[in-house]
Amino acid sequence: MITIGVLVAVSATLVYRRDGVDGVLDILAHDLTLFGGILPRVLAGCLLGAFIAEILPHEKVSRSLGPNSGLKGLLIGAAFGAILPGGPFTAYPVASALLAVGADFGATIAMVVSWTLIGYGRAVAWELPIMGTDFTLWRIVISLPLPLLAGALGRFVYVRMYPKDELE
Amino acid sequence: MSAALLIDIILWGSVAAVGFIAYQRGPRVLTTSLREGSMDFINIVPRIALGVIGSGYIAAVIPQEIITGWLGPNSGWFGVATAVIAGAATPGGPVVGFSIGAVALKAGGGPPQVIAYVIAWALFAFQRLLLWEIPFMPARFVWFRAAVSVPFPFVAAAIAMAIGKP
Repeated sequence: MITIGVLVAVSATLVYRRDGVDGVLDILAHDLTLFGGILPRVLAGCLLGAFIAEILPHEKVSRSLGPNSGLKGLLIGAAFGAILPGGPFTAYPVASALLAVGADFGATIAMVVSWTLIGYGRAVAWELPIMGTDFTLWRIVISLPLPLLAGALGRFVYVRMYPKDELE
Repeated sequence: MSAALLIDIILWGSVAAVGFIAYQRGPRVLTTSLREGSMDFINIVPRIALGVIGSGYIAAVIPQEIITGWLGPNSGWFGVATAVIAGAATPGGPVVGFSIGAVALKAGGGPPQVIAYVIAWALFAFQRLLLWEIPFMPARFVWFRAAVSVPFPFVAAAIAMAIGKP
């Protein structure tokens, strides 16, 4: 938090020296608008995470997304990430909730990576208009195997890094 | 209807759906989750405020030409590696990352390099890890996930080179 605060302060000072007060206020106004627009979605994301943590049966989650869930667990995680609505304000609280109720790092990695690479939210809202349809579609096609590979790699590394956790 | 509105509808629709399921489990489940969710929200807002309101300044002082210059055409695997570093270093929200990618494509950057850039940026843009992911998730998981993700922009670039698309 402090690092970021300093980084922001230094950057704002540089903008001030380059563009004056107007430059600083322009960016502030733009970012405040963005912040106002994001707030309700952050609330929605937090509520979604809390509800999911509350209603998902822990046993079922640790069986279908836990360390021993195999390829199926990674597939479920990836599919869940791909259909999850919203932005980072939804994905991260939900991923955090999954970890809390018994999903392992592998399945959660598959979910987060799938959300970030295949999820339609960012692709529809930002990538299609800016990068064009051709690039976006091919980028997504190329990304399709990545959540599973990342989840599998995560699981592979995790059991070797934290062998004690596996004994539980 | 705009894409943003559609996403908002899906998002709040999902909240309502899981909220209804929680209510069916009993009113207490509903109120407990509502309280938990609101507390998360209150805790997270100040951290996000700094990130969102500050990111504009960080993006404004990093010249985009520096980043696009690195993704040059025929730069091969060296270009891919630079693209991955550039993606990790790119500050700001989705507009910044995709705009730089689009500029790089128009300026003659190779598609595999731009793919690697966009995917690296999506997977582990440093600013997003700090501002978004760390506040919501256990830090140990965030760093672990970022480290595990490092090979994948290279994998994507290799696939793009192999199939000759986009």
